[in-house]
Parts: sequence; C-alpha cells; structure tokens
Amino acid sequence: MSQIPVHYAMLLAAILFAIGLIGVLSRRNIILMLMSVEIMLNAAGLAFIIAGSRWLQPDGQVMFIFILAMAAAEVSVGLALIVQMYQQHKTLDVNSINKMKG
Amino acid sequence: MMILFLITAFVAIAASILAITRTNAVHALLNLIVSFIAIAIILFLLGAPFIAALEVVVYAGAIMVLFIFVIMMLNVGAETEEKKSKWLSPKIWIGPAILSLVLFLELTYVVLSESEILLQSSQITPKEVGISLFTQYILGIELVAIMLMAGIIGAYHISRVKRKVKHRFLKEE
Repeated sequence: MSQIPVHYAMLLAAILFAIGLIGVLSRRNIILMLMSVEIMLNAAGLAFIIAGSRWLQPDGQVMFIFILAMAAAEVSVGLALIVQMYQQHKTLDVNSINKMKG
Repeated sequence: MMILFLITAFVAIAASILAITRTNAVHALLNLIVSFIAIAIILFLLGAPFIAALEVVVYAGAIMVLFIFVIMMLNVGAETEEKKSKWLSPKIWIGPAILSLVLFLELTYVVLSESEILLQSSQITPKEVGISLFTQYILGIELVAIMLMAGIIGAYHISRVKRKVKHRFLKEE
C-alpha cells in the first residue's frame, strides 16, 4: 500500500460503484440488473480491502469474506427468483411485472 | 507499482462499462468476468493475495457459473437457434480478449519481477485474517454460515416447480 495512494484506490472503488448503480437504474433486463448489483458489491468489498491495507488491519479482509458469502447467497436466491419469474411470466423485463398479487 | 495499478484500474472500469451496456446477457457476462479478474489483480497489488484468489475462485468462478446456468436454463429468445452461427464471431470476444491479454501481460510482469514488487508491499497474511476471523469475528462467521444455509434452502424452495398433478390416480383429464 506504500506505493498506491489511498485516494486513487478509493476513487476506483467509487467509480465502479457508480457504474454498478447506473447499471441497476438504467437496465431493465433483470439478469443485467443482478450483474450490476454484483459490480456494486465488489466495489464495496474493494473499499474495505483498501481501508484494511491502509491501516494494516485484517478486519477489511474479514469484511470482504462476509461480503463474498452474502453475494453468493444473494445471487442464488435472486437467480431462483428469476427462474420462477420467467416460468410464470415468460419475460425478463422488470417493467412488465410491476403488479403484486395479494 | 503505480503504473500497474493504473492499467488494471482502467481495465476494470472499461470492462464494467462494457458489461452494463451489452444487450446480450452472455456478452455482458464475458466482460463482467474480465472486470472481476481485474479487481482480483488490484487486490493482489494492494497486498491481499488470499482475497484475490478468493475473488477469482468465488466471483469469477462460482457466481459466474451460476449466472451461465440460469441463462442456459432460460434459453431466452426463440431465435437462439438462428444466432448459433454468430456466437463465435470475433466482434463479440475481441473486447474481453484484449482486456484479458492486458491483465495477463501485467500478471506475467508481476510474477517475473516478484522480488521487487511483492516484498516491498506490506501484506496482510492469510494467517492474520484467519486468526481474526475465528476469534474476534466468530459470531459473524456463524451468522454468515446460517445465512448461506438460508440462501440454499430459499433458492431450492423458490425455484421448485409446483406440481400440478397430485397423484396418478387423481389426475384430472
């Protein structure tokens, strides 16, 4: 970490997070929205690693492992929901399923 | 070190932008894998080699395979058969391939000049992470385990196909 300035690395994490956010807000295909959420989670984890290596503490990496496990659980449930959505509505467009039942 | 970081950051940003602008989900996935590998190299440069390996194995490996399985299961679009000849056209894979090549050259450079780069950077070893994980954060790791279990059961329950026919003798004709 001695060579790489912290603010450059944090800027990278912020840019990646912004790209993921733009993806979630602009795309209407639900698979691509889920991928954008993955980019955002990755950027958040990167910020944890940067902070952890800035203060030479292992806590940042511990948090990254937590984020990793959370992303895995989130993706499995999200993809199961996508499969169910496609079987029932035959579409992946989130605008077409804006009615709740019950 | 700094120039390596800048190149990798550029590759990560370019691959992420390409990933969210594709219309085909598989093409987006290709770019997303490049983005994850670029972030893994950044983690490596930041002195977290264990996390970098975990990023490649879990994100670029397991989660992406999950995405690919779901895209294959859905088989989106009836025109998939017609597109089969276009799948391997160079226009699709040339972008991710160039970005991957940049990352590969960079990794080769890092490995060949190991003594200068890796020993200078202050690393946090996997041992410290493990000790911290299983002493200070033991409650957190247990909660994560419970959450993964809930994720598995939830995914199974949600994606289960509801059976219309209860029994073969009770079948409604």
